[in-house]
Amino acid sequence: MDVRAQISMVFHLDKCIGCHTCSIACKNIWTDRKGAEYMWWNNVETKPGTGYPTKWEDQEIYKGGWEKKPGGNARLKGAGKLRGLLNIFHNPHLPVIDDYYEPFTYKYLDLIESPAGDDQPTARPVSLITGKPMDIKMGPNWDDDLSGTPDYARQDPNLKDLSPAEQEAMFQLERMAFFYLPRICNHCLNPACVASCPSGAIYKRGEDGVVLINQKVCRAWRMCVTACPYKKSYFNWGTGKSEKCILCYPRLEAGYAPACMHSCVGRIRYLGVMLYDADSISEVVNNIEKDVDLVNQQLGMLLDPFSESVIKAAKENGISDSTLKAAQDSPVYKFVKEWGLALPLHPEFRTLPMLFYVPPLLPVMASLSAADHGEQAKKMDPAAKFWNDGWLYNTSTEELWGTIDQARFPLKYLASMFSAGDEEKIKAILKKLMAVRIYRRWKTVGDVNEEKAAAVLKDAGLTADTAEGIYYLTSLAKFDDRFVIPPAHREQAIEMLEFAGDTKGSVGFGFKEKPERGW
Amino acid sequence: MAILDNFLLIGLPYTALIVFLVGTIYRYKATKFSYSSLSSQFLEGRQLFWGAMAFHWGILFLFFGHLTAFLIPRQVITFNSHPLRLLILEVTAFAFGLIVLFGIITLLVRRISNPRLKPVTSRMDIVIIALLIVEVVLGLLVALNARWGSTWFAAVLTPYLRSIFILQPDIAAVSALPWLIKWHIVGAYVIFGLIPFTRLVHLLVVPLHYLWRPYQRVLWAWPRKKVRDPNSEWTFTKPGNN
Repeated sequence: MDVRAQISMVFHLDKCIGCHTCSIACKNIWTDRKGAEYMWWNNVETKPGTGYPTKWEDQEIYKGGWEKKPGGNARLKGAGKLRGLLNIFHNPHLPVIDDYYEPFTYKYLDLIESPAGDDQPTARPVSLITGKPMDIKMGPNWDDDLSGTPDYARQDPNLKDLSPAEQEAMFQLERMAFFYLPRICNHCLNPACVASCPSGAIYKRGEDGVVLINQKVCRAWRMCVTACPYKKSYFNWGTGKSEKCILCYPRLEAGYAPACMHSCVGRIRYLGVMLYDADSISEVVNNIEKDVDLVNQQLGMLLDPFSESVIKAAKENGISDSTLKAAQDSPVYKFVKEWGLALPLHPEFRTLPMLFYVPPLLPVMASLSAADHGEQAKKMDPAAKFWNDGWLYNTSTEELWGTIDQARFPLKYLASMFSAGDEEKIKAILKKLMAVRIYRRWKTVGDVNEEKAAAVLKDAGLTADTAEGIYYLTSLAKFDDRFVIPPAHREQAIEMLEFAGDTKGSVGFGFKEKPERGW
Repeated sequence: MAILDNFLLIGLPYTALIVFLVGTIYRYKATKFSYSSLSSQFLEGRQLFWGAMAFHWGILFLFFGHLTAFLIPRQVITFNSHPLRLLILEVTAFAFGLIVLFGIITLLVRRISNPRLKPVTSRMDIVIIALLIVEVVLGLLVALNARWGSTWFAAVLTPYLRSIFILQPDIAAVSALPWLIKWHIVGAYVIFGLIPFTRLVHLLVVPLHYLWRPYQRVLWAWPRKKVRDPNSEWTFTKPGNN
């Protein structure tokens, strides 16, 4: 057993309101530069939708990730040693800028400096590449909230397994639904970008599992852009180097949460340490034949930080006590392992992503029904708002599990995103989420009786304590509950960069040479 | 003319060699970030396919062709002793020359005509493309006008180049060659000397080591087991990512 620590994440999709604050926080810090304008290391997509870059999930187009033929080992779908080197002069599967969008700005100065005239001056859009006026054809989130549209929602690659009737049902007027999918680099355990880089510029940090690109070693061979099935490795057209999400490692090392997570207004993001067994990576990736088994196998690699043997093996591997403590307190461990509420995005790409998602319950379950303003209205605060159109956005609990089967979203759709097609897994999670909701409804609203609340908890396999735990971490969790960041051990972090003794008696920033006597 | 010959055939190669060595090593040490192929496929891919594929595969063939004649001249001459084999070799090489010419001209046209590529095109890019076009055209003219180059290269140029490398330059035979050939040689030296000042440095970092490294790469900033062992001595190994 080779125990390693990984900074891992959970995004709770029920709580995402699609405000893009995370994207902006990230953009302001990292990618507001020439060549990187089009990059969104963090982006938020509307699902169903085509995403960014357009249809990134369709690996028949982009050839990302690993593919496994029966009996053989997993191999990179669009890159690899031989294929990568043979395609090095021209990568046939490289997405081009138009697959993302041509970055643009507006000539704002024209509004102020235009000579007086009969017409209002306008700020024309100009390309950030050529500097010339352009027609904007695409932006990074131009399918925002556009469920049901032919150009976006109906082109969603996840719909391929759904029958035409199911698709139609999904996009029926007044029943139409969507949810948001915020995405950052998954910092995978079996990263395809690392494997595809001919220069060996991309690496995974052993201490915390962050995947980084060494800008000095990257030579613009462009294979990582193809290989990453999530399209989270971007080519900087200005510098001629690839760049990707760095999980704000300078912030992490200083004990801060990554900018996207810190700024999240819906507080949907959780970050913590996971321990995993690195010896089993190859076994899971190469030997598991069926895609649907991958989720269980990946979850099986994640180790229990309370187990004596795991702690012993971790210590032998040099994992510090503070990191072990962080692993025990990790909210990610609770969501993923203890409660079984979170799943990886597209596990069938076989990169073993370490960003997990709690599938959304509300858009799936809620329905519109006639409102009952009678009994309920009496209980409500006078300041509460009423809608007089007679409709209620109903998350009613009357039929318990019945609603899951009649969900507005076919479970197949969610399953194709989060469990490689296994609907039962999605169903089990939605059941748990629903059970917690019913349980809390008994406690706070009171229109569900205790027996029923107990019955649904039992049915979903939860205890009252667990339900309280889930409720707390979902709804009330404070900053320190959501982000359990292990100390980077600053004293060692400095030594990570250089031998501290070397710099003693040395000069500060900006000097390239040592202050030694000249000749 | 002896002075000119001395300059072009002795002075220039040594200058180019020194500039190349000092320039590339300094650039690698001082500004490693600038070592890149600076691919522009992300902005324009369709024309690049024809240009880059034709140019690169063609120039690889021609480069190794010249290298073969330099390394194993005897075998090349023996191989060429049969007229048919000589003809096949020459025609193939000439065809590859045409392919390279097609490729490089496509690349030049692409660079100039596509407005998106303007911000990623430096002056040296144009200079080196122009020089390469001149060099390839000269090479094609040599092949046409001074036939059976694969044989006389092995007989005349290989000894000359060898004399340059062993620091005993002997240009007696070379200076008798027609100017067309001499300019082709001079062009090669100029391009060679310009490598450190252009994006051509990427040919020095061809990632062949990819073939024998494991796919996954995990870097530990510090030897993870030693770091927490009070008995282990202070290590001076630099971490692999710096």
